[in-house]
Amino acid sequence: MSYRIVHYINQFFGGVGGEEKADLPPEIREGVAGPGLGLAKLLGSEVEIVATIVCGDNYCVSHQEEVGAFIVETLRKHDAQGLIAGPAFNAGRYGMACGFACSAAAQAGFTALAAMYPENPGVELYKAAAYIVPTSDNARGMGAALPPMAALMGKLLRGEKLGSPESEGYIERGVRVNTFYEKIGAERAVDMLLKKLRGEPFVTEYKMPVFDRVTPRPGVEDMTRATIALVTSGGIVPQGNPDHIAASSARNYGEYDISGVNDLQAGAYQTAHGGYDQTYANQDPDRVLPVDVLRDLEKEGRIGKLHHLYYATVGNGTAVSNARKWGREIGEKLRAANVQAVILTST
Amino acid sequence: MKLELHKIRVSQLRFGPSTGLDGSCLVVNAEELRALLLEDSHLADVTLDIAHPGDSVRIMPVKDAIEPRCKLEGPGEVFPGFIGPVETVGEGKTLVLEGMCVLTTGRLVAAQEGIVDMSGPGADYTPFSRTCNLAVVLRPRDDVKLHEAEHACRIAGLKAAHYLASHCKGRPADSVECYEAPSLREGLAACGDLPKVAYIYMLQSQGLLHDTWVYGVDAKRILPTLISPTEIMDGAIVSGNCVSACDKNNTYVHLNNPIIRELYRRHGKELNFAGVIITNENVTLADKQRSSSYAVKLASMLGVDAAVISEEGFGNPDADLVLNCVKAEKAGIRTVLVTDEFAGANGASQSLADSCVEGDACVTGGNANATIILPPMDKVIGDIAQADVIAGGFFGSLKPDGSLEVELQAIMAATNELGFNRLGAYTI
Repeated sequence: MSYRIVHYINQFFGGVGGEEKADLPPEIREGVAGPGLGLAKLLGSEVEIVATIVCGDNYCVSHQEEVGAFIVETLRKHDAQGLIAGPAFNAGRYGMACGFACSAAAQAGFTALAAMYPENPGVELYKAAAYIVPTSDNARGMGAALPPMAALMGKLLRGEKLGSPESEGYIERGVRVNTFYEKIGAERAVDMLLKKLRGEPFVTEYKMPVFDRVTPRPGVEDMTRATIALVTSGGIVPQGNPDHIAASSARNYGEYDISGVNDLQAGAYQTAHGGYDQTYANQDPDRVLPVDVLRDLEKEGRIGKLHHLYYATVGNGTAVSNARKWGREIGEKLRAANVQAVILTST
Repeated sequence: MKLELHKIRVSQLRFGPSTGLDGSCLVVNAEELRALLLEDSHLADVTLDIAHPGDSVRIMPVKDAIEPRCKLEGPGEVFPGFIGPVETVGEGKTLVLEGMCVLTTGRLVAAQEGIVDMSGPGADYTPFSRTCNLAVVLRPRDDVKLHEAEHACRIAGLKAAHYLASHCKGRPADSVECYEAPSLREGLAACGDLPKVAYIYMLQSQGLLHDTWVYGVDAKRILPTLISPTEIMDGAIVSGNCVSACDKNNTYVHLNNPIIRELYRRHGKELNFAGVIITNENVTLADKQRSSSYAVKLASMLGVDAAVISEEGFGNPDADLVLNCVKAEKAGIRTVLVTDEFAGANGASQSLADSCVEGDACVTGGNANATIILPPMDKVIGDIAQADVIAGGFFGSLKPDGSLEVELQAIMAATNELGFNRLGAYTI
């Protein structure tokens, strides 16, 4: 079987110009261009570069939606199965452009591979979305970069089962993929334990993550003037769950106005959370989102006021990447609303 | 202690006038079993159905899975505290109906009951697609409160399993497995220089329908304790757990705990299986600290070199797993952890909610957030409309053609943390 692929490069490697041409909109060259010449030889007769997209780095980074659509359309028009991008070495915007191009292609179901220096910012942003082959930090490493790109692209197109990132020569994407092992987990566990006991090398099936640590802010100096907001991962939502926040692995969060609400009544609010028994939260939603107590404190003058909006999602099984994104968004909204402090409640 | 499991292989189920074995087919008198279960006044109705491997059948929402067992000889009766008296079990002879399972289903007890597909892509992920299943569809009375309903459904499953096994007494076993659980003095002196290995068995005890029962005692009220592995084979540990279906330990996997089986298999050859310590996963920090310290202290008192530690559930219990690991490693006890992962649908998120450098040896049951499309089945036992609220299903997961898009989380025992399955995960 033979495969057709498209090559993505920037204005510099496309021979259009340097920084001054970085605003070049994407254009198509039929066949190979720039580093594609060397790549085509290494790919051999089985894989053909049928077109090259040349795009200015700045244009790509600032017109992602348009460039993404252009890439997918070009792949379809050329009846291609994959996209190869770069190598970008340590050029930051080129790396981001290559990473983005690959993520757009991969999302549309195409095989996608980029190459760049491991510290290129494009790696951190796009390694989860696509395969990235490590290169040296500048174009003098072109000769060394192309062979592993060609080899891995061939394997990916053929759908071969890949070994570890180290053995296949790509940067670990940090993506967990399910697989059926030959042995059941219990047997694998005792095998691993015996190896560990004997001091023999063993490979853990999951490297424990290293967590972000958030340094707490200094305390609020004058609570009697502070606006306090409530944010919960305990799933308290208006009755009927208008934003359809899922019981587990939430895909969104909700923003709800509690102006004039002094007490969360059963029947008016409920929990959407599927990770705990809902009985007591539904009986009195203040147990998870303490609006009643905050209103008391407001009346007693012990806090300035309770922010009129609260934010809620379901923490149960929700991906950390989503939680981080929403946390940032909610934080920005609260800062814009001049909120001084937040009470975060879980379940 | 010595326990013989007298296993009778069941390869088919059918309804008939009298409960008992006809060759390897188990005949079930549906009316008699229904009447037995309806003795519980909390239940308004019970219906029974049968599903075999390969059938175009989906069973959901499944609460518990129970392998039929009963005592043939020895003190007590299986499922002590529920079926049997609170007499110590794990000795003598126990009849096991192998190859079949009782699945309790029906009105949702909570938002977290599971799916069992008997064929199609979902069948690869649940061990209960490979057993002949008697589905016990339970409908508690409308005025019965949630926790009482859970209790009634839990007992009904155990009763049905015990009833079926009891009606097969007198039949010779197809195979007999013998398990010895010697005294500590004998056990620890045996096996020469082989490394002594304990099993630290974490039981879900977050409460509010996330419960496990030991001899009828709520596991959140126990201090970690020693238990003989043969007691577990007699049903000393019962699931009352309504946490996500993929990694809750149902009663079937407790009875057939594969870590215990594996440690027995290697006992005397590669290791000395020194004992089982059960511990819990309570929600407060003080409880977590107390239980982890106590469990590791028991392991130290046994003088073991190493321990397999298995988790139940995810998120909050990850903290218990990490505490157990850190404290054991600090006590000089080498560990392997058995867990599963919630790495997001794209697999790119952190898999665990807690972490430690000591946890350098993990076995995982796979990423429960991975999604799967389950095609429509000719027959659904239970209530398919529950798919939208079952954890792991999300809104819109039930398609107009009857297919379901769900996370593996919704599939019964898909990412089991006792290492029951071949499923795992790797990093690309």
